[in-house]
Amino acid sequence: GPGRARAARAGRWVRRRAGRDAGRMGGAGPGAADEHRPVTVVPGAVPRRQLCFAWGPAEVLVCETLFGRAGTGEGAPSTSRVFVVRRDQDIYIQTLRKLFNESHGIFMGLQRSEEELAGKSRKAQLVQVSKNYRSVIRACMEDMHQAAISTRDPALQGQYSTQVSILSAMELIWNLCEILFVEAAAAGPLLLRLLDWVRLHVCDVDSMVREVLSSENPSKHKLFWNVVDIFVLQGRMDEARHLLSKEASANPTSMNMYKILDDLMKKMPVPSLGNTQTLTELELKWQHWHEECQRYLQDGTFASNPHMESICKILLGDEDAILEKKELMTTWYHFLVTRLLYSHPTVKPMELRFYAQSSMDLFLGGESSPEPLDMILMAAFEFEMHQVIKECSIVLSNWWFVAHLTDLLDHCKLLQSHNLYFGSNMREFLLLEYASGLFSHHSLWQLGVDYFDHCPQYGRVYLELHIERIPLSTEQKALKVLRICEQRQMHEQVRSICKIMAMKALRNNRLGSALSWSIRAKDAAFATLISDRFLKDYCERGCFSDLDLIDNLGPSMLLSDRLTFLGKYREFHRLYGEKRFPEAARLLLTLMTAHIAPCSFWMTLLTDALPLLEQKEVIFSAEQTYELMRCLEDLTSPNPGSAPFQDDDVETTKVEMLRLALARNLARVIVKEGTVEGS
Amino acid sequence: HGDVSAKFCSRRSADALRPLPPRLQSPDVFATDNRISIWSSGDLGNAGLNGEYHGEPRLLCDIQHNGDVMDMQFLDQERIVVASSTGTVTIFRHHQNNQTLSANHRWEKAHYHVDQDTSCGGAACTGVVCSNPEIVTVGEDGRINLFRADQKDAVRTIDNADSSTLHAVTFLRTTEILTVNSIGQLKIWDLRHQRNEPSQIFSLAGDRVPLHCVDRHPNQQHIVATGGQDGMLSIWDIRQGTMPVSLLNAHEAESKGPSNLALNISRNRTFTTSQGNLF
Repeated sequence: GPGRARAARAGRWVRRRAGRDAGRMGGAGPGAADEHRPVTVVPGAVPRRQLCFAWGPAEVLVCETLFGRAGTGEGAPSTSRVFVVRRDQDIYIQTLRKLFNESHGIFMGLQRSEEELAGKSRKAQLVQVSKNYRSVIRACMEDMHQAAISTRDPALQGQYSTQVSILSAMELIWNLCEILFVEAAAAGPLLLRLLDWVRLHVCDVDSMVREVLSSENPSKHKLFWNVVDIFVLQGRMDEARHLLSKEASANPTSMNMYKILDDLMKKMPVPSLGNTQTLTELELKWQHWHEECQRYLQDGTFASNPHMESICKILLGDEDAILEKKELMTTWYHFLVTRLLYSHPTVKPMELRFYAQSSMDLFLGGESSPEPLDMILMAAFEFEMHQVIKECSIVLSNWWFVAHLTDLLDHCKLLQSHNLYFGSNMREFLLLEYASGLFSHHSLWQLGVDYFDHCPQYGRVYLELHIERIPLSTEQKALKVLRICEQRQMHEQVRSICKIMAMKALRNNRLGSALSWSIRAKDAAFATLISDRFLKDYCERGCFSDLDLIDNLGPSMLLSDRLTFLGKYREFHRLYGEKRFPEAARLLLTLMTAHIAPCSFWMTLLTDALPLLEQKEVIFSAEQTYELMRCLEDLTSPNPGSAPFQDDDVETTKVEMLRLALARNLARVIVKEGTVEGS
Repeated sequence: HGDVSAKFCSRRSADALRPLPPRLQSPDVFATDNRISIWSSGDLGNAGLNGEYHGEPRLLCDIQHNGDVMDMQFLDQERIVVASSTGTVTIFRHHQNNQTLSANHRWEKAHYHVDQDTSCGGAACTGVVCSNPEIVTVGEDGRINLFRADQKDAVRTIDNADSSTLHAVTFLRTTEILTVNSIGQLKIWDLRHQRNEPSQIFSLAGDRVPLHCVDRHPNQQHIVATGGQDGMLSIWDIRQGTMPVSLLNAHEAESKGPSNLALNISRNRTFTTSQGNLF
């Protein structure tokens, strides 16, 4: 119907667009995309020919044209081959399967979750869902990391490591989106969340810390001040103070300085998660504390120890002092959070964008340009959700991330419901794309079914189109697919699949299987086809194959006339074998007179009647004999409109024999019925 | 197999892992296949307060397998026979000393279709049953194979034993086997006889619902249970007649109609499961 056409058009538009962007993987930005597009050489294609192509669900069909590079015809047609070009996809990575499976479970839980919960409890529920998704990503990262360190193949190791860094980036982005969008942290808690975020994701402090702490003389270690600095930059005051105390005990001369710095660090006001203080209170305290730090700095208290002086400057939010520690922070977003901590701890969500932009500019300082990850995070800080999703869609190699994130944001009622031009909204569009991708995998397609179920507008149409195209390599798989179709009342697909399986079985000469499938589909036409095959086999070989099937048809015999005939015909043979001749004779006649038997088979039936006609005992009554004769005449006399009777020697002999046998039988039966005992 | 692995993923509270800085780059990918895995189910003696079992299964070893695993059974303490969707039957040996799996013996194309072009000529092997050293397999090609663990070729093959797909097989006695097929028939085969015909055929009245699994009562050899596609569990007494003794609606037909029932009878309890595979 129209729904299907729209969906198909939409699919083509999207794929063309994706095709244009297909080469853009981790490039420096939109402008530079063209230079980074990888070229795939189709093996076996003539080099100077132009190729034409058509999109499929998961691959491209490519073939050579007549045209050469310049666009003009160059010589004879090529060998007319069609190439199937498939872009390797993430769905085939073993370790990512857990990601797809687990996230499917979380997705389903979210769809079914209590919509009636409102306000805080709903928000808490959604935050939990977000955390679940993230823990799945992390678990996957761990597995991938294990795989990377345990493999000995350097190429594989490289691949795994790349995957780990991609997953890490995904978790970074998701975490930020959780803080800003799902939880929508307000001023105060916002900073704490961002601090957690930075501590968790940016730069590897632990190994440095371990190294310093495990050395004999920590305060003399060359990395000592680095570690203290990074603690301060990340707002980890207790840990910084703990380390500093070691320095103090090693250098009694700086005891005074240390005590002051320690005190300042201890007293630093930070936002709290509970409602113990209002923002205004915090700001007042913070201002007070800030001035105290200022005084100590200006008094030159820390002048003799440049390290401590630098820390004091950091506490005062001095941008230059913080920027000096660029190497430790490694990223502009770390710089951003540190700045906020020490100059604007009560930052409001909507103010983030200004600080973010200036932080990035200051940090990169014109030396390097932002990478895609940076642009995505920037878009998040600017609360441009659609931009985040768009950028992620372009850079990431599959739809998993954007589909699930968008679905979550949609549940948070954050996405405007404006429709994309071909009808569905953003959430549905991304879910459809993701699920479609799953369908090209030999077992992940089952997950895709559930995703389609939750796309109200086009899900069903997509499902109908995809489910018919799943390769049915075993009966078990076919049964799985069928169950899914039957559960959703997709009757047309049921019939289609059963037909495919029946046809396959028929080609493999598995007539019983073929019949079983056509019974399931209630496909009378196919049952007729199969019965014809049985009958053909019988005519060729003179005996029935698969008697176990034909003898046990049961009520399914009634599915088609031909099938009924087959069953009855076999019954005739059984009766004959059991020497129940009168019954056999009656049945045989009924088969012809009641037109259960196809005309093409009448000759065979009449030939089957011969042994009955030639029994010592008379079996056919006069009436029956006349019927038989009539059948024979119907068959042999040329009727207008009916197929011409085969007029070769064998047939003629048969007919003559039949006529003779019928005549003799008639003679005997007239006599028998005419005598006293027979009537 | 994949289902079990996925469960453990969610238990981990990953917090400390940051080996590489996050970057979005172009990944390379690689294909993968099915695997046979051996798990240790932990110490079964540890039961919780309510008698629940708290152990966590641990992966001991695994090995790649070509094609879907349709059925498998232990041949003895160390060897497992696996039936594949490619029609191959493989014996794997589990080496307990170093916890590895290796393919010990393989019968390629144990099951195949006449038409070599469809599904690469191989037909899925749907069921396997062992009685050391004998192995019996059945498949979508309607064929029954009798193998011996130490012999390269099949001891006996019954071609076209069934015109429809054989779904499962089990031993009735040491010389008799039971098969079920997709047109709802239960057949007994006597392996002592050389003729390629079943000695008895049983079927359900009414619709020819495919039967998917079969098992025999461990103590009473004449009691047999079968599971059907419509979720019906049938108990048969093969001494009397050709009809089932009782029918139980074990699973709701349409909502959970099993495509793969696993049936296990032990003592007086019958366990059936309906598998809704995710993998």
